[in-house]
This record gives sequence, structure tokens and C-alpha cells, in this order.
Amino acid sequence: MSEAIVQLRGVSKTYTRGKQSVEVLKNLDLEVAKGDFLALMGPSGSGKTTLLNLIGGLDQPTTGSVIVAGENIEQLKSSRLAAWRGRHVGFVFQFYNLMPMLTAQKNVELPLLLTKLSASQRAERARIALTVVGLADRASHKPNELSGGQAQRVAIARALVADPTILVCDEPTGDLDRKTADEILGLLQTLNRQHGKTIIMVTHDPKAAEFASHQVHMDKGALADAPVH
Amino acid sequence: MKQILAITLMNLRAIPQRLGSSLVIVIGIAGVVGVLVAMLSMAQGFGATLKATGKDDRLMVLAGGVTSELSSTLMPDILPLLRELPGLARDAEGRPLVSAELVVITELRRGEGAQRADVNVSLRGVEPLGLQLRPEAKLIEGRWFTPGLREVVVGKGAANQFQGVQLGAVLKFRGSEWTVVGTFSADGDAHESELWTDANTARSAFGRGGSASSMLAQMQSAQSLPGIQAAIKADPRLQVDASTEVAYYSSQSQQFTQQIGMLTSVVAAIMAVGALFGALNSMYSAVSTRQVEIATLRAIGFSGLPVVLSVLTEALLLALTGGVLGAAVAYVLFNNMTVSTLGANFTQIAFNFAVTPELMQKGLIWATLIGLLGGLPPAIRAARMRVVEALRGG
Amino acid sequence: MKYFPLLWATLWRKKTRTWLTMFSLVAAFLLLGLLQAANSLFYGGTINLSANLLITQARVSFTSPLPLRLLPQLEAVPGVEQVSWSQFFGGVYKDPKNFFPQFAVVPERWLKTFTECTLPAEQAEAWKGSRTAAVAGRQLAERFGWKVGDRIPLNSQIFPLKDGSRAWAFDLVGIFDNTTADSCPRMGNMYIRYDYFDEARLFGQGTAGIYVLRITDPNRAEAIGRQVDAMFENSPDETKTQSEKEFNLNFVRQVGNLSLILNAILGAVFFTILLLTGNTMSQAVRERIPELAVLKTLGFSNGGVLGLVLAESLLMCVIGGLVGMALASAAMVALAHAPVSFPPLRADATVWLIAVASMLGVGLLVGLPPALRAMRLSIVDGLSGR
Ligand SMILES: Nc1ncnc2c1ncn2[C@@H]1O[C@H](COP(=O)(O)OP(=O)(O)OP(=O)(O)O)[C@@H](O)[C@H]1O
Ligand SMILES: [Mg+2]
Repeated sequence: MSEAIVQLRGVSKTYTRGKQSVEVLKNLDLEVAKGDFLALMGPSGSGKTTLLNLIGGLDQPTTGSVIVAGENIEQLKSSRLAAWRGRHVGFVFQFYNLMPMLTAQKNVELPLLLTKLSASQRAERARIALTVVGLADRASHKPNELSGGQAQRVAIARALVADPTILVCDEPTGDLDRKTADEILGLLQTLNRQHGKTIIMVTHDPKAAEFASHQVHMDKGALADAPVH
Repeated sequence: MKQILAITLMNLRAIPQRLGSSLVIVIGIAGVVGVLVAMLSMAQGFGATLKATGKDDRLMVLAGGVTSELSSTLMPDILPLLRELPGLARDAEGRPLVSAELVVITELRRGEGAQRADVNVSLRGVEPLGLQLRPEAKLIEGRWFTPGLREVVVGKGAANQFQGVQLGAVLKFRGSEWTVVGTFSADGDAHESELWTDANTARSAFGRGGSASSMLAQMQSAQSLPGIQAAIKADPRLQVDASTEVAYYSSQSQQFTQQIGMLTSVVAAIMAVGALFGALNSMYSAVSTRQVEIATLRAIGFSGLPVVLSVLTEALLLALTGGVLGAAVAYVLFNNMTVSTLGANFTQIAFNFAVTPELMQKGLIWATLIGLLGGLPPAIRAARMRVVEALRGG
Repeated sequence: MKYFPLLWATLWRKKTRTWLTMFSLVAAFLLLGLLQAANSLFYGGTINLSANLLITQARVSFTSPLPLRLLPQLEAVPGVEQVSWSQFFGGVYKDPKNFFPQFAVVPERWLKTFTECTLPAEQAEAWKGSRTAAVAGRQLAERFGWKVGDRIPLNSQIFPLKDGSRAWAFDLVGIFDNTTADSCPRMGNMYIRYDYFDEARLFGQGTAGIYVLRITDPNRAEAIGRQVDAMFENSPDETKTQSEKEFNLNFVRQVGNLSLILNAILGAVFFTILLLTGNTMSQAVRERIPELAVLKTLGFSNGGVLGLVLAESLLMCVIGGLVGMALASAAMVALAHAPVSFPPLRADATVWLIAVASMLGVGLLVGLPPALRAMRLSIVDGLSGR
């Protein structure tokens, strides 16, 4: 198969709160190939979000190495890491996490502020991203004027707009009804199949996982059936 | 009533959790009240000093149509006529108790650095009977001046405020040297800001011939005034105004009190507006952080009124705390502080800031008003809140 | 600049709160503008006077007159170009509230000494030509709506006429301007003729309140002043000579520790404002924690987030401050035309400097704690609302 875009080696993560410490991830190995659509499943508290945060460069492992898009990210300084995230990772969250005071268009433009693009180029790119998610006609709406499904599409457009190497989605359909969820998942599938985006998605929902090309199960901080390479 | 108490107590218990925004109300209002009380206490103190000056059975004669001693000149030819006015008291030897006085302005230095200024100080030439006329003037150090010698005694306030007037010091006026031979007090009145010397010595030294600025006289009683005024009016040679000494000095404080009053209202009003918006802000945020609580109470049957009253009570309590704090700070910092400023006579008058209970009360009234205005709109919003929406926490 | 729409949108996230904070800031800076302008009076910032003028007064006090016989001696001092004298008239126009200063001067000398004051030539001729003629500053004329040709009645508080009456009257023949700045205090003065005044007054003939010396080299002001005072030392007419600016400054300072009190008020105001805006900013950041975390996931660096929060706080303070200062300037203009006896207040460069520094200072001070909090915020904690 093609090259691995995500490579986790012996990753452990331990949270310490006062005297108590919890080992959330235990000596975990994982590889995700370029162009894959991976569904990460498992019971609540098993460490899915923690793992996703490590891959997205939001958090650092206690031990082990995390190599994403060719960069050993646990060694990056915070400012380099931020720039790296901007270039390589797009995030989609369960509760959309849009800026409530900005229009859909401006929300999508947000990551482009960090690039050298001109104002008109930014607007154009954002418009294209909104068209891809099918929301070109809602560009001037604020998040509270959008339905849950529409808001999540805006969030996906925002994740896409800077053309990241991987898309990282944490329960993107957790707050949506079946029909809307299926539309969103279909959209992700299209992005994966037609645009070749690598997607890693955490979900509780077996139906949602079926949209992915691979499934991985987690339990108590370890992978139950890691795809072996 | 029980409802109101229950909600209010619940709100008040939450204050420590919102210490920051509660403090905004307290300190904001403390600032307004502190400034208000401090500035008013200045006007109050100034007025008190001038109103304490003079007696209502003493007569003050000035040239006609002038408002202050400085601009008044009584020509020598009319002084003998004035001394013989009817209704004036006489001493054991039958002399009328009269002192025709000359007031000239001298400059003394006050303050250091950027505050340093050569300020106008009254030098009052007093006739020998003038000391007898004013029993309140008491020597506290040294001795009185000797007529004919260039000697001055310094009022207590002047001794405090100005440089180079300690006992034994030598002052230079118009090329001649004057020795400070004593310090006097005068029940804290405006004369304590003056230098006194012998009237004739002053006249010759300042080249004023036989003229005077004013004439002070002891009347037989306070009731003698109309008779005296009538006698003055009847004599066409006398172009002078006569009033009681008290009336003259009281009128001197008016302008200053008015100006400070105006300045105070402008400053305090602008500050109050600022504090009001601060209070509104804090109370709105207090209401919004508690909207779920409030909505829950409404849902289980509490009515709107207790909600309004509880928010108002909280705003008022915080405002009053601020008011008391501000008044207390003004009292501690300013009460009895001595300063001197330019009086209506164009000379310095030393006075003490007086933070009186009335001023503090005034401050607290402002605090209450700001608290009320700042609490009312948020209280109404809280009561109008739609229970369902509020419960969602949106 | 490209971040501005984002900043602007964030600033107005909670409209009520931003408006209220803004109003508080406006009130604070309105007060700052007015009080600083008053304060700068005490430091001579606004007194726009010529450095070429010296004032010689009687050492004992400027209210004691000096005899006119000093004139030749003063004129003989090297470096003194022109000498004028003036006597304070102490007139009241209709009501004591209408206070403004009038001085009796010699027109020819006045015109050559106060060269900053410009009087049209024909008006100057008219002044020289009539004994009861008088001229007024433009500001004064505007205050009472006077026109050339008006008769101005004045009741002198100090000088009765020969018949003992105090009712004087003068004909306004000219209105002068000032070349240097319209805030010059002379613009509120009226000048009458000394010859007429001296002859008509009941007492005091042959004396003048002060002498005004025009010198060629302002750098020699102190030396000339010392020389003049040395000439009259130990005589009954001892003098004190200082620059016109010092003279005026001393005059204002006589009012006393007002400047100290003004500063105390400003301190109280700023402490309050700091607390108030500080509270608003920390509230604003507290409720935005998840959003700030999202910004970081999008690639905004820690420093970038710090900058955004700081910029928001600065923006708020600068807008509130500018509006407040604009109001203060407007109020000062209104005050200058109001019929009250108040020295002309002006927000000069120093006042603006202090104001702008305060805006930035308050903005930074209140923005920094929440900005640091936003910077240190861990994304994982922020996203989960911890
Ligand atoms: N910052 C933290 N400090 C301490 N413990 C944490 C922290 N973050 C997560 N945990 C713990 O780590 C474990 C895994 O959390 P994580 O959020 O990764 O679970 P999850 O699989 O995403 O669960 P869910 O399906 O409910 O989202 C949990 O037991 C959680 O309590
Ligand atoms: Mg999770």
C-alpha cells in the first residue's frame, strides 16, 4: 500500500492531576496510510479523543513518537507546532465550534488569515470550500442562523479550506439525527474518495463507521485490532 | 416577603464567586463618592472659615459700591465723621471703639517645586483699639507689635502655610525691614491668614497718607445697625457702605463656594455616569450568570417581583458599601487638611477641609441613586426572562 | 490589518457589555481631557505668551502701584526695546459675574510693546484720537457681542471718578486679534487710555500697576530682570521682574494646590476605569475559552492569540478614549464661548499625549492578564471547557 502519513510508535499518555495519575494510552502503535478513511471506535473513556489530539498536534505524548506528514511533531516547539497544524491538519468537532459572531464565509476564511493570501484570494477559496460542502447560498449567515447539519458543513469547509494533509474529526455526527448524519458522512466519503483526503474520524456509531474504509477499535487505552503492517 | 428574602440571600451568597464584578460596583461608587465628598468638604471648609469670621455686633464700613476691602479706599477727610457715627460703643475713656484699618497686599512664598508660588497675603494695619475690638485675637507666641516700629505679628494659618514668617524673621516691604515679633490665633477665622501691624506705621510705610481701606467699629448692640445706616445715608459726604462684620465675610465665601460647587457637580456627574455604566455592566453579568437559577425559581412558582427586588437589593448593598468606603477614604485623607487659596479679597485664606456628616450623607445619596439606576434595568431583564430560554442557558 | 474584521466582530460579541464599558471609558476620558487641560494651565502649557515680554511689578505685591518716574530708568536698560505700563482698572460690566480684566495703557506704547496683537490701522488711529476710546480682544468682543462703535459702561471697583461716582463709560473703537495663537489670555482683555483714566480718577495719579518691557533677546530675560531689580533695590519702589509667562503662572498657582487635587481625582478615576475595563476584558476572555482553543487548533500560535486579545483590549480603550477626548474638546470649545469667567482651556499636544498614553496604558494593563491567560491556555483543556 501507499506510504503511511501517520505513524505512532510506542505512544503512551498519562494524565496527572495532583497525586492521581491515569494512563490513558498504553504503549500504542498505529499507522494510517495516505488516502485512508479511518474510523476510530470504542467505549466512552477509552482514549479516542486523546489519541486524536496527539495525531492533530494538539497535545504531546508522555512517551513515544508521533510522526505526521513526515514531521516528528512531539519535538516541535509550540509556535512551530501551531504553524504546522495550520498547514497540515483540519479539525472537525462534535459541537462545530464555529465563531458565533462571524458569518459562515468569515468562519471559513479564518485559517487563511495565517497564510499569505490576499483578501480576495481568501474570499474566493472560502467560497469554493463552501460550494464543496453545498452551502454557497448560506455564506452570509451566522452560526446561530444555521441548523446543526449546516453548521457542521461550515466546520468541514473551514477544516478543508487550507487544503490540509489530514482531516481529523471527533464525533462529527454525534449531535445530529440519522439523516443529517448520513449526509455529513457522505460528504466526508466524497472528500476521501474524490479528493483523496486522508480522514481520521472518531465515532460511537457503527453505522457511521461503515462509511470509512477501515475501522479500528480501542479499549482502555489500547488498540483492540490494530491493522498490522 | 419570604420569597424576596430567600432569593436575596441566595444572590448575596453568590457575591464572593463574582468578586471581580462586585468590586467594580463598590470601587466605582467609592471613587465617585470620595471625589464628591472631598471636593465639597473643601468648599465647606472655606465657607466655614469665612462664616466664623466677625461678630454681628461689629460694624464694617467700606467705600460705597465696592465688594472687597482691597478695592476700598476711605479718604482721610471722612474718617473723623465715621468715627463719630451714632450707635457706636465707647471705652472707659469715652473714645469710640473704632479701628480704621489699612489693608495692603504683600507677597510671601508658598510651596516647593512645581507648586511654588509667590502668593498674595494681607498685611493689615490695625489701630490700637483694633486689638481691644477683637477679643478673639489672642497672642500664642511672642508679643504684639509696638506702634511706630516696623513690627508684625503673624496669624496662625499664615505661619503654617507660608515661608519665612517664623518668630524673629525679617521681612522686606518697600525697601524697609519688618520683624516678626509674635504669632496670634483668632478662633480659626480668616484673620489667621493675615499679617498684622500698627495702622499708622503701615500708612507711612506704604505712602497711603491718612486714608484707610475699611473701618471696624463696635456697635452698642446688633440692633444699632439700621440707625447707623440711616445716619450714613443722611450725610451726603459719606459715600460708604456699612454692614455687620459677619455679613461682609459671609459674602466673601459665596463666589468660591459656587465655583467649587459647579466644578464638583461637573466632575462628580461625569464620574457618576462612568460608575453607573460599570454598575449596569456588573449587574447584567450577575443576572446572566445566574439566569438558570433565576429561571428555575420562576419555574417552580416564584413570581417576578421578588426577582426584581433581590437584584435591586444586591445592587444597592454593593453601592452603599462603595459609598461608605468612599466617604471614609475622603474623611481619612482630607478631613482637617489645611490648604490656602485665593479668596475674594484677592489674598490667601488658609482653611481646613471639613468632611461633615451632611456631606457624607450627600455622598451616600449619590451612591444609592447610582445603585438604583444601575440595578433596575438588569433586574427588569431578569424578571422578564423567558423561563424556557433561560433554562436552556442560552 | 487583515485581522481587523475578526477583532471587530469579537469586540462586539456581547453588545450590551461592550457599549456599557465603552461609555465608562468615554466618561473617564472626557474627565481626563478636561482635568488635564485645566492641569496644564498650572504648568503654563496653554499660556501662549511671548518670550520677549518682561513684567516689572512692585516687589511687595503687584497690587501696589509703581510711580511713573521709574520710566526713564527702565527705558535706559540695554536690551529693552520698548516700555509700556498698565494699571488694572477693576471694572464690572453690568454684573460681577461678567468678570474680565481691563487695563489703562498708553495706546502708542501698547501697540509697540504687544506686537503680537494686531489692530487694523484705522482702528489704532481712532484709539489714539479719542480719549474715551477703548479696544477689546476678539474673544471678549464675541463673548458679549460687542461691535466697534458700542459704548461700554464699566463700574470700577477700585477707582471712583473725581465726583466720587464709579460709573465710567468707554467707546469701543477697535477689536484686536493675536498673531501667535487665539488662546492668548490677552484676547479676553479690554484696554482703555491711561491719560484719560489718570486725569479722571479720584486718587492714585501718576502711578501704574506694572511696567511691561519688550526685550530684543529673550535669552537675556533673566539678566535684564536682575539688572532692573538691582536698580531699585532698597528704595520704597523695589521691583520684581519676571517673564510674562512666569507672572501669569504665578497668578494661576495662587489658587493653590488645586493641581494636586486634580491629580488625585484623576488617580481615582483611572483606578476605577482600570478595574472596570479589566473586569470586562477578563469576563470576555473567560467566556471565549473554547473559541480561543479553536483558534489555536486552526494554527494560530500562542503569541498570535495573545496579540488578538491585547489588540481587542487596546481597540476598546482607544475607541472609548478618542470619543471621550472628542467630547472633552467640544466641551472646551463650548466653555470658551460660555459667559463664565474661566481661563481658556485647550487640549494641547501635551494633553493629547497624556490621553493617548493613558488609552494605550489602560488597554495594555487590562488586556495583559487575560491575554496571558489565553496564551497559556492548553488546547485540550480549552476545548473541553476546562
Ligand atoms: N486533561 C485530562 N486530565 C485528566 N484526565 C483526562 C484528561 N483528558 C482526558 N482524561 C481522561 O482520559 C480518559 C480518556 O479520555 P478521552 O476523552 O480520550 O475518551 P474518549 O474515548 O474520547 O471518550 P468519549 O467517547 O466519551 O469522548 C478518560 O478517562 C478521561 O477522564
Ligand atoms: Mg471523546
